[in-house]
Amino acid sequence: MSAVMSNAETNDVIKDVKKSNNKSLGEMLIKSLPDAFRKFDPRNMWHNPVMFIVWVGAAFLTLLGIAQLFDPAELSQGEPVFFTWIVAVVLWLTVLFANLAEAVAEGRGKAQADALRKTRTTTPARVVVGYDEQNDPDARGPEKGIGSATIQEIPSSDLKQGDVVVVSEGELIPGDGDIISGIASVDESAITGESAPVIRESGGDRSAVTGGTRVLSDRIVVRITQKPGESFVDKMIALVEGANRQKTPNEIALDVLLSSLTIIFLVVVLCINPQASSVDSSVSLTVLIALLVCLIPTTIGALLSAIGIAGMDRLVQRNVLATSGRAIEAAGDVTTLLLDKTGTITYGNRQASEFHALPGVSHDEIVKAAALSSLADSTPEGQSIVALAKEDGFNVQDVPGSTAVAFTAETRMSGLDLPNGDRIRKGATSAVEAWIEKEGGVMSTEVRDALHDRVASISGQGGTPLVVAEQYANGEAKVLGVVQLKDVVKKGLRERFEDMRKMGIRTVMVTGDNPLTAAAIAKEAGVDDFIAEAKPEDKLAYIKKEQAKGQLVAMTGDGTNDAPALAQSDVGVAMNSGTSAAKEAGNMVDLDSDPTKLIDIVEIGKQLLITRGALTTFSIANDIAKYFAIIPAMFMMQFPGLGVLNIMGLHSPLSAVLSAIIFNAIIIVMLIPLALKGVKYRAEASEKILGRNLSIYGLGGIIAPFIGIWIIDLFVRLIPGF
Amino acid sequence: MVYIYAFLAFALIALILAAIYKPLGDYMYNVFTSDKDLFFEKWIYKIIGVDSKKGQTWKAYLRGVLGFSLMSVLFLYLLQRIQHWLPFNMGFDNVPGPLAFNTAASFVTNTNWQSYSPDVTLGYTVQFAGLAVQNFVSAAVGIAVAIALVRGFAWRKSETIGNFWVDLTRATMRLLMPIAIVMGIILIALGVTQNFADWIHVTTIAGNEQTIMQGPVASQEVIKELGTNGGGFFNANSSHPYENPNMWTNLIEILLMLCIPVALTRTTGRMVGNIKQGYALLGAMVVLFGISFLCVVTAESFSSDPITNLTGGSMEGKENRFGIVWSGLFGTTSTSTSTGAVNSMHDSYTALGGMMYMLNMMLGEVSPGGVGAGLYGILVMAIVTVFIAGLMVGRTPEYLGKKIGPREMKMASLYFLVMPITVVAGVALSFAVPFARQSIFDTSLNNSGNHGFSEVVYAFTSAANNNGSAFAGITADTPWLDTMLGLAVLLGRFLPIALVIALAGSLAKQDIVPETSGTMKTDNRLFVFLLVFVIFIISALTFFPTLALGPLAEGLEGLVA
Repeated sequence: MSAVMSNAETNDVIKDVKKSNNKSLGEMLIKSLPDAFRKFDPRNMWHNPVMFIVWVGAAFLTLLGIAQLFDPAELSQGEPVFFTWIVAVVLWLTVLFANLAEAVAEGRGKAQADALRKTRTTTPARVVVGYDEQNDPDARGPEKGIGSATIQEIPSSDLKQGDVVVVSEGELIPGDGDIISGIASVDESAITGESAPVIRESGGDRSAVTGGTRVLSDRIVVRITQKPGESFVDKMIALVEGANRQKTPNEIALDVLLSSLTIIFLVVVLCINPQASSVDSSVSLTVLIALLVCLIPTTIGALLSAIGIAGMDRLVQRNVLATSGRAIEAAGDVTTLLLDKTGTITYGNRQASEFHALPGVSHDEIVKAAALSSLADSTPEGQSIVALAKEDGFNVQDVPGSTAVAFTAETRMSGLDLPNGDRIRKGATSAVEAWIEKEGGVMSTEVRDALHDRVASISGQGGTPLVVAEQYANGEAKVLGVVQLKDVVKKGLRERFEDMRKMGIRTVMVTGDNPLTAAAIAKEAGVDDFIAEAKPEDKLAYIKKEQAKGQLVAMTGDGTNDAPALAQSDVGVAMNSGTSAAKEAGNMVDLDSDPTKLIDIVEIGKQLLITRGALTTFSIANDIAKYFAIIPAMFMMQFPGLGVLNIMGLHSPLSAVLSAIIFNAIIIVMLIPLALKGVKYRAEASEKILGRNLSIYGLGGIIAPFIGIWIIDLFVRLIPGF
Repeated sequence: MVYIYAFLAFALIALILAAIYKPLGDYMYNVFTSDKDLFFEKWIYKIIGVDSKKGQTWKAYLRGVLGFSLMSVLFLYLLQRIQHWLPFNMGFDNVPGPLAFNTAASFVTNTNWQSYSPDVTLGYTVQFAGLAVQNFVSAAVGIAVAIALVRGFAWRKSETIGNFWVDLTRATMRLLMPIAIVMGIILIALGVTQNFADWIHVTTIAGNEQTIMQGPVASQEVIKELGTNGGGFFNANSSHPYENPNMWTNLIEILLMLCIPVALTRTTGRMVGNIKQGYALLGAMVVLFGISFLCVVTAESFSSDPITNLTGGSMEGKENRFGIVWSGLFGTTSTSTSTGAVNSMHDSYTALGGMMYMLNMMLGEVSPGGVGAGLYGILVMAIVTVFIAGLMVGRTPEYLGKKIGPREMKMASLYFLVMPITVVAGVALSFAVPFARQSIFDTSLNNSGNHGFSEVVYAFTSAANNNGSAFAGITADTPWLDTMLGLAVLLGRFLPIALVIALAGSLAKQDIVPETSGTMKTDNRLFVFLLVFVIFIISALTFFPTLALGPLAEGLEGLVA
């Protein structure tokens, strides 16, 4: 099949999707109407007990309405026939609105899924049959006619786990896998929407490739890690479509509560007429069903699944894929965040911040030596030294004839050999000291102490000391001073961690730095704790320790050796750039590979739970007003005393009942935007959040229906016959 | 004026309870957390073959509760059936089978609904060795279940929730007995009767022959209140001068009903390691109680009937020695605590005043509820409250460090389903089933219309909540009501208990989530307010249609006119 989309096309689709999400609510509602009607199928309604009751009530009233046409005198129970009809229509509308909420939420995911599906087209895959890892890791053999391996072209859909394929420049990668040989730039815009190509290479933490992405340059050998039909894109499609959306534990628990309330109200309503018969009173079936629909928690029942889908969607919008809705809920509950220092808390690179000359060395001397030795050093650290020197007024020029000495793991130093025989070295304290000793230099105790004091003080401030030494042409070697390199904490993080603390979340920085440096950076960034000199096992141990204390831990990771910790954590966000092992182990994947997003994920989780709680509270609080509308309406004629309860001053029993169910239906539509967008979330202490939401959705839930029903009644009373 | 008097009475009770709160709550904490057995307890455990150091899983605990209760029913039934051959039977014959069963079930469930008329049915032995014993142990069972639930919150990753036999023994021997003995003697000193004397036959001034019953009243009176049982030695219950002769005994009896349920909140706070959690529960109880009491006093003092007002309020069915305030306080206490003792006739209250007594029970008797039952009732409502509102802080709900997941919610939801459905369905069936309807109208009801309906509602409410008080005026000793109320009593007691123990089991298995600033606070005023609101919305609103047909229709009539 050649219908493979170009990158440009893919990007267009993704833009379309993002656009479609910004469409006005009205448009979305209309577009989702057909889907909403399809959901009227009782087999579908059954999954939502609350709305199913409304469905049954509407169906029953429709039948009753038809029957009343034939025998109005007997069946109308003293009410006008059209009353039953109007109530039936309003109930059908209530069901429609509920279906609409779900359809709109799903619709957003569908568009996204369509775009993804287009990347999932079958491509030819070149499988290396008889791949010889030992002698021919690059699988060049078949092409050059060496060895026994051959290349066979099969459709990508036939790929099995463990197959080895070759992908060259311009080709689509046929399936998810790890690069076992080669390096390539890959265009992953199809899944990330990011058009800048990324580098993928064998062996490191960036070896994973995704099916449907395109190799832009070079040639790679990939071992397929996916099972057929279970590719990353397949999973993504299923996720955004909500095809196999399972209810989360909290949704199940809420369902239990809502079902119980529904059962209670069902019994209450069923028992009204027998009870009323004791005082020779009775209520019409139409009014009873209207009361039942008003009392059962239809608002939250109608919006519950939309809230869940929308929460998932909000994650997808930020390019994060959760493997389950459960993971999002867990994100809301997280109490400990493990954050990698580099890239998350600090910018990736250290910056030179100060030159410190040792006793007997002039400031100029150290600055000049440091700058000179860094000229050829292309690392950001080196460049920052040159830049800092320039600020100090030293615009050093390259000295012709000098040789740059590159950093090696052995010497742990880099430097410059000048044509006049001077040699400048910079590196870690111990390395430089060893070098001086080896070159026959002698350090006085005074100098040595000064050096050690300086180094300790820099480390203590979270900096990295870079010792600069020079051996002159005459063989004399001495330490000149220390360059202070500093980790730069990202802007705004301190405030963010402060917010986290208010939310009851501990932030923990994970770093390979020594404890002293780590402590200083931790203090500057404002995290609550840190793990210094961290190895992957340390992360795992820390997570286990936190969990033993009952904490829920979230972390990000990319390398294969992060996989155990990712699996152990309650919320494990794998970077898309990471290995397949890491992606398998985590329960979320961040397509942008941005570790800072962990904080956003937590906020999205919280927002989802808050929205669910707010609408539940609102829904239940609504009952008070509905009782006050309908109870007097039912019995006021016979027991005028109950008129006292008609505090809204509703026009007549019929208008009261109708107004209540109209309000009940309209409120669903009015709350759809809130269900989709989510309740506004601010990082604050629980009391503040609860207090504010309670006054809006609790108090509002009590008051709003009183006003709403009263206003609707003003119009309903104009209908002749009411 | 009446409000000042009511406030002072309320404040007096509150002050005394405040003084008792800490010592009693801490004492109960020690009773149920101590790992030492007293010598006579060791002896008891040896006889019944219990290893007091061994915890029970929730299933074993539940088997203990149900097994013990079943045994108690059988024993009590048998005792009544052989009364004729027992000493001190005061000449009464064996109690008929159905009535004996009804009485046995009623006392074992801590209900003390009295279908029998004590004055003409039971001799001293059954009263003393049968009913009084049940007054102790049925109360102890309630406390044990509540403590088991609190352990569910307090313990982490535990398969067990304590040992029922130990809890039962300690609640009886270390808690109820000592208080009953001391307070019993005080009641005797204040004039409550205690003897095994023969009845006195006198000729009244009017020349009529009258029999004045005697008996071991004080010993039963004290546990009747302390264990929130409510079954009176005499038919007239606490309005009888031998049971409740004066203001002092009245005050003491109110305090006895309230002291354990109230102080148990302190025990809870101690056990979960935060006494403020106990204060919050107590706060909700006080708010509900206070509002209810205020409404009763208002309804009784300001009648819509001007003549009643001229006489100082509605005094029908109330003892002059107690008046509106002390009758209202006693009635509110009795219906808020599952006691069901009365010192005034609830049926004679104004419609709205009587409705408040019904409402106290309809709230699930959580303000403060029966011994133990009130505590586990309000804990379940706290779970529901946390579930509804707790999501709004952006965390999945947790209460006292335990996550409220699907399983916990299932137990809690079923719990709050039982009582309202039993009541509403029971009342509805009474009027829907033809023969029942006939029995109700022909035999049971003396009042027609809304008031008669209220009497039936009250009967079912009282039974399903194990309160036991009656809206007199209804004849309950009919096959229909005996059966249905008996059923309601059993359902209302053991279904919730089973659910609570299962809930305790699933909570105990969980680890405790440490509290952070992101945790919803459940020990502050906002939570008290929420809890009251949820109890009101979940429990009381369910009964709105029923109340509208009964007391509301009757009571509001006057307001309109």
